[in-house]
Amino acid sequence: MDGGQPVSFVTAENIFQSYGARPILERVNVTVDEGEFISIVGASGCGKSTFLRLLLAQERPTRGEIRIAGAPPAVEPGLDRGVVFQKYSVFPHMTVRENIVAGESFRTTWGVFSGAHKKAARDRADDTLARIGLDHVADQYPATLSGGMQQRLAIGQALAAKPRILLLDEPFGALDPGTRLSMHDFLTELRAETRMTVFMVTHDLEEGFKLGDRVLVFDKPRWDPTDPNAYGATITYDFDARDGGIPFQRIEEDTHVLRPA
Amino acid sequence: MRLINRQPGVALKAALMALPFVLTFVAYWIGSEIRLAENPSDKLLPAPSTIAATAERLFTEPDRRSDRILLWHDTAASLMRLFLGVGISALLATILGVLIGLLPHVRATLAGFVAVVSMIPPLAILPILFIVFGLGELSKVVLIIVGILPFLIRDQSQRVLDIPREMIVKAETLGASSLVIALRVVLPQLLPRLIQSVRLSLGPAWLFLIAAEAIASEVGLGYRIFLVRRFLAMDVILTYVLWITLLAFLMDLALRTLSRKAFPWTEASL
Ligand SMILES: Nc1ncnc2c1ncn2[C@@H]1O[C@H](COP(=O)(O)OP(=O)(O)OP(=O)(O)O)[C@@H](O)[C@H]1O
Ligand SMILES: [Mg+2]
Repeated sequence: MDGGQPVSFVTAENIFQSYGARPILERVNVTVDEGEFISIVGASGCGKSTFLRLLLAQERPTRGEIRIAGAPPAVEPGLDRGVVFQKYSVFPHMTVRENIVAGESFRTTWGVFSGAHKKAARDRADDTLARIGLDHVADQYPATLSGGMQQRLAIGQALAAKPRILLLDEPFGALDPGTRLSMHDFLTELRAETRMTVFMVTHDLEEGFKLGDRVLVFDKPRWDPTDPNAYGATITYDFDARDGGIPFQRIEEDTHVLRPA
Repeated sequence: MRLINRQPGVALKAALMALPFVLTFVAYWIGSEIRLAENPSDKLLPAPSTIAATAERLFTEPDRRSDRILLWHDTAASLMRLFLGVGISALLATILGVLIGLLPHVRATLAGFVAVVSMIPPLAILPILFIVFGLGELSKVVLIIVGILPFLIRDQSQRVLDIPREMIVKAETLGASSLVIALRVVLPQLLPRLIQSVRLSLGPAWLFLIAAEAIASEVGLGYRIFLVRRFLAMDVILTYVLWITLLAFLMDLALRTLSRKAFPWTEASL
């Protein structure tokens, strides 16, 4: 997007979300450019997954609007938003290849391809599988795969549908550190290829800064000591993580300084 | 070692499995010997040899009056009713279970109704069924359906609700319509569970079948048992009971095998 003004692609405007009388999110405002990778961090239970569900249009906010590419706010999840959860993101009753094909075939009337379409979709699925390193298990069921392979499959499946934004809710939360690192490389590669807009919730600050262009921190700006549930969370920091996550490194240095010798 | 951690070996396990069967048989045999020693014409506990002879006669010799082997006719009639009743119930339960589990409007309409209807004791409305559907085949099949359908619907709809929401949402993000979600995501995951539920409801299905046959019928396993009861023909009754038990066991085995063969992905998780 050299030359022209970067157009904001995703806008969340004055989002409030409450469950019953309990506010979870309040006054969340953020604009994101196309192709940006947004990491979301924050304490447990502060509403990160809630924000992702709002982006996904799985829920609608109590107040405010989320728009993608200027379109009217979505009322339900659809093809423009892909998602990978920590668990249950692939279909256990389909083989690995069928899972990838589902990324294209589910939008048809009966959810399956036939004839020449079927062959072509299988070939494309095999290409995808080769790219995500799962071609050797194409005919196995997901339950036989390791956690890392299942998440790779889930990401591959989401990308097969060619969404405009990809939402990841702690996608690597259940993986061991080694697998996690190789998943980072995998995701970075895929991103370089697709230039997709990504929102990723993580509990790993390092991961958030490493992968993200920006890191959003969710926290409660106001705190009622007698009633911790009185206020909702909002975005309290919006770090630029683009050049190797310098703010993050500064935080590390600070802690080194503070640590007694 | 703790009792909970002690495992029987292969041979011991087989022996333990056979033990209750052998004990039951021996206990019956002794009881029968004692009674027959006192009164050789006692009918209550016929000797195992008598039962074997009766069984052979029942399975092979045609009835003098009708010239048909009654046991096979009874079996065919009863199995027909059972398969119809269970099959129709399974089909309806799957369709309604998917609708109730997936569609909030249908759930709001039917969930409460099904819960209340499932509280009706089926045998209490058997007279109504006989009045409405007559004494023929229909009322017997309907009794089985009335008896097991509410349980199956509740079970199946709950199983649909148990499917993680994440999976449904994932399908939505792949552009799947409600129909595609029902056919490609929910139904395939429901079928192995349907087989489990059908296995559980086979017991009640037999109960309702035999009850209906006992009250009004001209052929059927339950009918025969209640008919010969008048002559205290324990050897015939016991043969029929053992035969029914074997049939029920084989059905259960067949369903279990089917579930394993037809849904390899459920095995994969074990
Ligand atoms: N459907 C719901 N109904 C009522 N309360 C809800 C609902 N969904 C979430 N909550 C509550 O909202 C709060 C925020 O939940 P959320 O899952 O968004 O947190 P999170 O930041 O993702 O936490 P974690 O890091 O543990 O995943 C939690 O306290 C949760 O109990
Ligand atoms: Mg969460």
